[in-house]
Amino acid sequence: MGPAPSALAHCLGLQQLLHPRLGPAGPAPSAQFNSWVDAYKLPVESGQLPELPKYVKVVEVGPRDGLQNERVIVPTDIKIEFINQLSQTGLSVIEVTSFVSSRWVPQMFDHAEVMKGIRQYPGIRYPVLTPNLQGFHRAVAAGATEISVFGAASESFSKKNINCSIEESMGKFEEVIKSAAQMNIPARGYVSCALGCPYEGSITPQKVAEVSKRLYGMGCYEISLGDTTGVGTPGSMKRMLECVMKEIPPAALAVHCHDTYGQALANILTALQMGVNVVDSAVSGLGGCPYARGASGNVATEDLIYMLHGLGIDTGVNLYKVMEAGDFICKAVNRTTNSKVAQASFSA
Amino acid sequence: MGAFPKQVKIVEVGPRDGLQNEKMADHTEVLKGIQKFPGINYPVLTPNLKGFEAAVAAGAKEVSVFGAASELFTQKNINCSIEESFRRMGGVLEAARAAGIPVRGYVSCVLGCPYEGKISPAKVAEVAKKLYSMGCYEISLGDTIGVGTPGLMKDMLSAVMRDVPVAALAVHCHDTYGQALANTLVALQMGVSVVDSSVAGLGGCPYAQGASGNLATEDLVYMLTGLGIHTGVNLQKLLEAGDFICQVLNRKTSSKVAQASCKL
Repeated sequence: MGPAPSALAHCLGLQQLLHPRLGPAGPAPSAQFNSWVDAYKLPVESGQLPELPKYVKVVEVGPRDGLQNERVIVPTDIKIEFINQLSQTGLSVIEVTSFVSSRWVPQMFDHAEVMKGIRQYPGIRYPVLTPNLQGFHRAVAAGATEISVFGAASESFSKKNINCSIEESMGKFEEVIKSAAQMNIPARGYVSCALGCPYEGSITPQKVAEVSKRLYGMGCYEISLGDTTGVGTPGSMKRMLECVMKEIPPAALAVHCHDTYGQALANILTALQMGVNVVDSAVSGLGGCPYARGASGNVATEDLIYMLHGLGIDTGVNLYKVMEAGDFICKAVNRTTNSKVAQASFSA
Repeated sequence: MGAFPKQVKIVEVGPRDGLQNEKMADHTEVLKGIQKFPGINYPVLTPNLKGFEAAVAAGAKEVSVFGAASELFTQKNINCSIEESFRRMGGVLEAARAAGIPVRGYVSCVLGCPYEGKISPAKVAEVAKKLYSMGCYEISLGDTIGVGTPGLMKDMLSAVMRDVPVAALAVHCHDTYGQALANTLVALQMGVSVVDSSVAGLGGCPYAQGASGNLATEDLVYMLTGLGIHTGVNLQKLLEAGDFICQVLNRKTSSKVAQASCKL
């Protein structure tokens, strides 16, 4: 990848936004940049709209949720290089792989090799998905120090996705989370279909709250609420979060928005306005949607970071380095990026 | 969270702002050729008196004028200063008033300029106020290169709303950096109830090759419908119109809703 194109240079605003707010040193800021940065601090008298968090943790799910839905099977060494590149961007959490049978998820055929092969930088967390006890033990053997379990707020989705009811799945997760706790391994809980289900249609906020509460009660330190098919809009996000927040403190919540209908950033903004400060995303907006052919998948990390930095919210992430990692993986899976920031920044 | 308007007027700019990358030489034929349905407005851009007269002769019943919150952008775009551009627009507004033709005002670069970079909210308010006082019934505030983010949108609108009533404001967000819908959401939270968009997200960005252009009308309607806000627009028919123009232009849609809805 060569130097930034002239369109980028023209757009001074973008240059400032590419610079990290914290973390690894980027290009030396000019005086103009510093005054630009100061101008982004939210005014004290902003009484009209809700306060936003000062810091947001971005959880990068590209190597797992992103690649999982890409048709091209990525070789192990490319996956490892991809994750190693992500480790140098300032991201503090990178979801590496899923210890699930490759019969169900072909892309994850090399989960153990990838886990063993990546460089684990200090201060960065590398969670992996573990759907059951067997997967958990394999993950630990391969060097995993953090795990995730995947529940759903929809019975139909649970049955079709993991072949058991919500209740049965909770039993399996409890085993995993307990074993993890005994080994001092933190567990993150996901709740799919939080804003809608491809089979059942609308999902009640109460159901989402119920499933979230159970996972939290079992010991998950954080619950990531996923709009799995991207059907949600700011209104449904707000209603769902209001309900879940009656059971779980906002600090323990994350949102995981798919951009299938272009609603992801608007939904994420709504979540931020309600006090959520952990957001999942995938570099380059990797991954399609298995329920809507031709549709896009995860929200792009680049576009998310652009918005957060523009809002004056710290992330610790270097946007330019994320774009480089995105460029690398898109070439590897032979596809164009789904990130608008990346599209605008690289000449066609 | 701020309360949303119950109803939002969508101003479809696809045929003009969207197709602008193609030649506009056939403006007269297009305006004469279209079927004008009752209850629908068909505004056209008229940068000067000559354009205005040609538009009226071709049957235009509403016109728009284009200002900018950036001196450099005005210089590069229409070869004069902001002050001079007001004089030119003044000519159009006077003639339009005499002919009983409503005029909409656009302000470009409200959240950033490809040449000047940062644009002060005060400057945007100044230009918006001038256009409004000259007789424009509505002012459309455009994030021309899509660099804005929700905080900037909020600050800019706060400044403009001190001088122009919110009912007379519209937002025109480009999606070059994927921020359009989030920016539009904030505008709605602040009371704006008119939004410009382009079916299929037509149009690129002349300042960033390969970049996308307007906010897609389909994606906007999807959000507004989900919010329970009335638009009067039939999403299915919109998808059909988007599909039609994309086939003609031999390009893929930029609307995510359209991408998710197409049957391959």
